[in-house]
Amino acid sequence: MDFPVFHLDILGNRALVAIIAILHVLVNHGLAVGLMPLIALMEWHGVRKNDPRWDNLAYRILFVAFIITTTVGALTGVGIWFSVSLVNPYSIGSLIRVFFWAWFVEWLVFITEVCLILAYTLTWKKWASGEAKRRHVRLGFALATFSWITMAIIVSILGFMMDPGNWLSENTLLAGFTNPIYLPQLAFRTPLAAAMAGIVALFLVPFFVDRHDPFRLEASRAIALWTLIASPFVLLGGWWYYSVIPGTMMENLAVSAMTLQFMGWLNDFLWIVALTVLAVLITVQLTIVSRRGVPRFAYLLPLLAVFWLTGHFERVREFIRKPYVIGRYMYANGLRVEDYPLLRRDGLLAYTTYSIPLSPPEITAMPDRPTGTGYQGAIERLQRGKDVFMTACSRCHTTNGVNAVATHMQRMFGDRPWSPSLTLDYLSNMHNAQPYMPPFPGTQEELFDLATYLELLQRSATAVAGAQQAGSVLATPPGRSTALRPLEGRQ
Amino acid sequence: MNGVPIPRDIPLPMPAPEGLLVVVLVIFFLMHIAFVNFMVGGALLSFYYELRGLRERRYDWLAHEIASTITANKSIAVVLGVGPLLAINTLYTVYFYTANALTGTFWISIVPLVVVAFLLTYAHKYLWHSLERHKLLHLSLIGLACLIFLFIPLIFLTNVNLMLLPRQWVEVRGFFSALTLPNVLPRYAHFVIACPAMTGLLLVWLFRRRSTAQLAGTGFTRDELLRTGYRWALWPTMAQFVVGPLALFTLPATPLVDPAILGVFGASILLALWMCLVLYVETNRAAERIGKSFASVCALMVAVLVLMGAGRHLHREAAIAPHRELVRQKTEDYVRRAEEAARASLPAEAPRSP
Repeated sequence: MDFPVFHLDILGNRALVAIIAILHVLVNHGLAVGLMPLIALMEWHGVRKNDPRWDNLAYRILFVAFIITTTVGALTGVGIWFSVSLVNPYSIGSLIRVFFWAWFVEWLVFITEVCLILAYTLTWKKWASGEAKRRHVRLGFALATFSWITMAIIVSILGFMMDPGNWLSENTLLAGFTNPIYLPQLAFRTPLAAAMAGIVALFLVPFFVDRHDPFRLEASRAIALWTLIASPFVLLGGWWYYSVIPGTMMENLAVSAMTLQFMGWLNDFLWIVALTVLAVLITVQLTIVSRRGVPRFAYLLPLLAVFWLTGHFERVREFIRKPYVIGRYMYANGLRVEDYPLLRRDGLLAYTTYSIPLSPPEITAMPDRPTGTGYQGAIERLQRGKDVFMTACSRCHTTNGVNAVATHMQRMFGDRPWSPSLTLDYLSNMHNAQPYMPPFPGTQEELFDLATYLELLQRSATAVAGAQQAGSVLATPPGRSTALRPLEGRQ
Repeated sequence: MNGVPIPRDIPLPMPAPEGLLVVVLVIFFLMHIAFVNFMVGGALLSFYYELRGLRERRYDWLAHEIASTITANKSIAVVLGVGPLLAINTLYTVYFYTANALTGTFWISIVPLVVVAFLLTYAHKYLWHSLERHKLLHLSLIGLACLIFLFIPLIFLTNVNLMLLPRQWVEVRGFFSALTLPNVLPRYAHFVIACPAMTGLLLVWLFRRRSTAQLAGTGFTRDELLRTGYRWALWPTMAQFVVGPLALFTLPATPLVDPAILGVFGASILLALWMCLVLYVETNRAAERIGKSFASVCALMVAVLVLMGAGRHLHREAAIAPHRELVRQKTEDYVRRAEEAARASLPAEAPRSP
C-alpha cells in the first residue's frame, strides 16, 4: 500500500466493504435481477388472461422494487467502489486496469437498465391497453434482460478475484473474463436471484391483496411455483460452483463460514443451513398445497433466511480466497506476490511513502521507556512497527476492534507479556499455521519492529486513527533503499 | 519537490487510450453534473415554491411540477456519474485514491447521505397529496433533502481539489482541514449558483410546449412560467461573473500559466455573456414570442459547459504534470527492482510477470 492508510479501528475495514456489498447483492438479486422477470411475467400473464388483478399486483411490487433499487441499490453499487478504493486501493485499481472495458460495457448496460426501469414504471398507467400495453410488456422483458446482463458482467470480476485463471500468464481481458469460476458462479447466482425474488414477492403479496380476496392465494401459489422451479437450479449451480473452487481455498472453509473462534462448529452450522433451506422450501411448498394460504408473518422467516444465507455466502466468498485479494496475484494486504522478494530484501518500509505518527496514548503505553538517546531509538522502532502494522496488517485487522490483533494475541499468549521474544516466532510462521494469512512481507528487522508495536496492545486499548482522521506524514526513511535516493535527488 | 510525497502507481498498463478516457471523463461528467444541477436546483426550487404556495395556492402546483422531475433526474445523474468515476479511477488513480483516503469518513458517508436524500425526494413526491394537511412535515422532507444535497457537493469538491495538491497530502488532517484549502468554497459557490440556473432552463423546457388548455386552472399562463424559468437562468448566471473568476483565480497553481487554459475559460466567459444577453431578450419578449430562442440558449449553455469542462481538464493536467512524471519514474523504478529481486530469488520464489 503506497497510499495514506484509511483505517477503521473499531468496525474494521472489511466490515465497511461487507456491509455495503452485501446490501447491494441483496437488492440486486432479490429486487432487480430476479424480480424484474417475475414482474414482467405477471404483467404478461395478466394481459393474456385479461385479468387486471395481476397487472395491479405486478405494478405494486414493481413500485417497491423501483424505490429500493434506484436508491439503496444504485448507491450501494457505487458505494462498493468507494469503500474498496478506501480499504484496498491497489486491488480495485488493479481490477479496473484489467476489467476496464467490462466495466465500461456494464456501465452502458446499467444506463440502459435505469432508463428502462424509469420508462417501465412511469409508463405503466399510461400504456394501459392495446398495442401500448403489449409494448409495455416487452419493455418489462427488456428490463429483465438488461438487469441480468449487468450481473453477468460483474460476476466475472468476482470469479477473477478468486481464480484469475489464464490471466496470470496471458494478461488479456478475455483471459481474465473467462476465468474458471465465472460460468459456475453465474449458473448459481441466476437461479438464486430468481428464488430470492420469489420469496420477496411472496412476502409482499399480502400487503397488496386483501386476505379475503381469493386472488391472494392464486398469486401466492403462482409465485411459490416460480420459487420452487428455481430451487433445484440453485442447488445444481451451487454444486458446480463448489466443484471449481480451488482445493487450497477449501482449507479456509471453516474459518470463512464460522470465524476462527467458532470454526469447530462448522458441521453444526451446515446442519443449520440445511434445515433453514428446508424450512424455506416447506413454506413455499405449503403456499402451493394449502387451501387457506399461509399467514402473512410466516413469510418473514423465508425472507430473513434467504437474506441471511445470501449474505453469509458473500462473506464466505470474500474470505475463502485468502490470503489473496486477487488469487495468486495480490495478497489481502494489497501487495503483489511478485513484490515479496523485493520487500523481503530491501524492507517493506523502503517502499512506503506515508506514515501515521504515533499517538500520545501509544507512546504512553510503551512497556519500557528508556531515557536519553535510547528513548529516541525506541520511539523510532515503535513508529516503524506501527508503519508496518498499518501497511501489512490493517487491511484485515484492527488493534482492539473487530478481528482485533489484541484478541488473537490474547488467545495465543494469554496474560504473559507479549514481548517480541514470545511472539516473533509465531508472527514469522503465521502463514504456515493459518493458510489464510499472507506471509510477512518485510525484513526480519521489520518483523521485530512489528512485534514491538504489537506488544503495546496489551497495555493500550486506544483506537488507532487512520489517515482520514490523523492525516499522514512523509515516512522517515531509515530503512529506505539507498538506491532510491538518486531518484529523489531529481525531484 | 522537497517534502512532497511521490507514491508509486498501479504497475499495470492503462487499459484504454488516454484520449478516450479523457473524453469519457469530461463529456460524461458534464452530463452527470447537468443532471445533478437539475436535481439539486429542482429540490431547492420545489422547496421555495412550496413555501410560497402556503400563501398563494398556485405556487404549490408549480412546486409539485418541479418535484415530479427530481426523482427521474436523480436516477440519470447517478447512472451518468459511473462512467466518469471509472475514468477518473483509471486516469488519476494515485491522485483520486489519495484524496479519498484523506477525507475517507466523509467520502464514504456520501453513500448513506445520498440514499437518505433520494428516499426523502421520493417521499416528498409520492406523499404530496397524503400530507396535504401536514404541510410542515411535507416541507421538512424536501427541506432536509435540500440540506443533504447542499452538503454532498462540498465533499466532492474537497476531494477533487485535494487531489491536485500533492504537497497538501502530508499536511491536511481530515475532511475539515481539506475543506479550508483555497478554491473549495469558491467552486462550491460556483456549483450551487449553477443549480437554479440550470433548473430554470429545465422549467422552460418543461412548460414551453404546454398549451393554454393544459395550464388552465393552474393559475399560471405559459409565458409567465417561461419568464419565471428564464429569470432563474439569467440572474444566477449573472452572479457567476463574480463567483466564476474567483473560482478560476483560486485554482491550484500550475507551474506555468498556460495560455490555452486562459483562452478556453475566456471563451466560455464571452459565450456566457452572449447567453445572458439572449436570456435577457427572451425574458422581456411578448407572450406570443417568448421561447423562440430556447434552442439558442441551450446551445450556448452547452458550449459554455463544454468549454468550462475542457478548461478544467487542461488545468488539472497542467497542475499535476510534473508530479505525475515523478510518480511514473518511481513506478517504473519499483517494477524494475521487483523484477530483479524476483529473478534473484529464483528458484525459491518463482516470479511471474503480470
